[in-house]
Amino acid sequence: MKPFREVSGTVLPVDRDNVDTDAIIPQRWLITVSRNGLGKGLFGGWRYDDEGRPKPGFAMNLGVFQNARIILSRSNYGCGSSREHAVWAHLDYGILAVIASSFGPIFYDNALKNGLLPVVLPADQVAALMTQVNEAPGAACSVSLADNTVTGPDGRSYPFALDAVRRDLLLRGGDDIAITLQMKDQIKRFQECQRLTSPWLE
Amino acid sequence: MGSARSLFDKIWDSHDVAMLPDGRHLIHIDRHLVHDLSSPQAFSGLREQGRGLISPHRTVAVADHMVPTLAGRTLACAVPGGAEMIGALEDNAREFGIDHYGMAHDRQGIVHVVAPELGMVVPGMTVVCGDSHTCTLGALGAWAWGIGTSEVEHVLATQTLVMRRPDAARLTLSGVMEPGLSAKDLALYVLREIGVHGKGMGFLELAGELVGGLSMEGRLTLCNLGIEAGARAAVIAPDDVTLEYLAAVRPDLSGSVQAQAAMRGLRSDEGARYEQELALDVALDSPQMTWGINPSQVVGLHEPLPSLETAQEGHMRDRLRAAYRYMGLEPGRPLAGTPVQRVFIGSCTNGRLSDLEDAARLIAGRKVAPSVQALVVPGSKAVKRAAERQGLDKVFRDAGFRWGEPGCSMCVGMNGDYVLPGERSVSTTNRNFEGRQGPGARTHLASPASAAAAAIAGVITDHRELA
Repeated sequence: MKPFREVSGTVLPVDRDNVDTDAIIPQRWLITVSRNGLGKGLFGGWRYDDEGRPKPGFAMNLGVFQNARIILSRSNYGCGSSREHAVWAHLDYGILAVIASSFGPIFYDNALKNGLLPVVLPADQVAALMTQVNEAPGAACSVSLADNTVTGPDGRSYPFALDAVRRDLLLRGGDDIAITLQMKDQIKRFQECQRLTSPWLE
Repeated sequence: MGSARSLFDKIWDSHDVAMLPDGRHLIHIDRHLVHDLSSPQAFSGLREQGRGLISPHRTVAVADHMVPTLAGRTLACAVPGGAEMIGALEDNAREFGIDHYGMAHDRQGIVHVVAPELGMVVPGMTVVCGDSHTCTLGALGAWAWGIGTSEVEHVLATQTLVMRRPDAARLTLSGVMEPGLSAKDLALYVLREIGVHGKGMGFLELAGELVGGLSMEGRLTLCNLGIEAGARAAVIAPDDVTLEYLAAVRPDLSGSVQAQAAMRGLRSDEGARYEQELALDVALDSPQMTWGINPSQVVGLHEPLPSLETAQEGHMRDRLRAAYRYMGLEPGRPLAGTPVQRVFIGSCTNGRLSDLEDAARLIAGRKVAPSVQALVVPGSKAVKRAAERQGLDKVFRDAGFRWGEPGCSMCVGMNGDYVLPGERSVSTTNRNFEGRQGPGARTHLASPASAAAAAIAGVITDHRELA
């Protein structure tokens, strides 16, 4: 995983609640055995018409949002399917952080595993940022993990919380599998013990 | 800490391998299910890092998302790219020494249907799969939850997951349901009441007389929809129903006094505390169905659809309006009587034998309306064979349904079975998200009986009033 420290750039507003991972990357872009190239499917169903042409009404297709680096949404972002393709699609497109008032639980974990920063802010602060971004399309924010703050288009700081361990892993680009494999002996011992005490769980 | 422990405490404690120096816990995973959609990249990751599996016998691979449902299917009838994914699962299973239930296997099916049938899930287990509907398996008293591909790779390599202890909650369901209503109606009603945000529901115990009164298949349906409420796992403590089911699929455990006692002990002690306690007193008197684009947008079939004024904030009202626009519906009118073009019966929600029986009872001797295309896809080969032994395939076919080969099919719309733009579908599945069953598809989640009634009448109909 690539380390994450900060990102600054244009904010793409996705002004709805319950943005599900089927919407983030519809099924036809999931037919792959690769993690790469999924950015073209990001919000594919909203972004393209039936012939695959960009829909002019969707924000992502407007010039001012072309280089968006941050997504701003509402509540329960990334609910639904566990497809990690939804996270890979953000990163492949160039989105490095998503700000929302809550996240779907699996998307949240998937994001942290890949270096996409999910930022949880209170709903009223999300609403304040949404108003700013809607009033000035193309406005920029910055998100600093080092400082645990979002700086809004208004220049205000919006502090956010993140589990200290997850934060540290993101900052270092740490690999949970490597950490866990150092405990291999304990895992083996656990399994031997379980085989004796409750073999039906094997 | 008091001595009274919750169901979650008990499963957590018995799987807590160690605490990492950073304070997170290493939780052992007893069973790992992998499928064709979410696993190829995990195996690639292992290969890139030169890592292997530490317990391959605890992992089972099942092809379900990409498999075609056509009779006599071969890989040649898979959608472009599908054969490669199905093939990757088979190749990875062979390379890493994993049991594989491919398209041709006589026990293949949807992973969450197959796993209980094969006795792969027993009470007290930890079970994961790269699939959000893994919560289905909580019906057996297992802590079962969906993970992403990075965690699939983590489990393959270590047979554990690293986590903080999640917040746990209990939802107690009491009350009554009128005859003819099913676990699906109950699940949709629960979604309507508790919504989709699932705050603090990393583990949700489902309890109460209404839950206890459900069959194992009904419980699997109810738990399946846990994730739609935002509950990552939805777990029912084992009881007689569980142990009877288990006796059929795992007769080897019936003779183990130790196993039986351990499973009986898997219940929340009197006085055990969850971070959150919820209770719903249910008085369900009509079939429930989704009208909108998230699974909590549910109404009874004869109720008027919610007015825009029910939304408190402006942006919420816009979203409600957008849901109506997408679904081609208007506030104030009931769903009953709305014309339907597609009916799908199947999926990990409602693709089991009792679901097909519920639908077939209504369909027998009737015909699918000329305006409707109807598809039934049994959840597994075993379900399909059992249904065929009863002649249900003939009932469905004679009525005008297509009788498919097992797989996820039109629930997720990836295998070539999908709903056309603008078509209205009554579906026994779990997600009515925009485009879920195909671009522009208008999905109404419903019970098998409601789906059958819509197929026959050609309009959304209370199955108890089917002419």
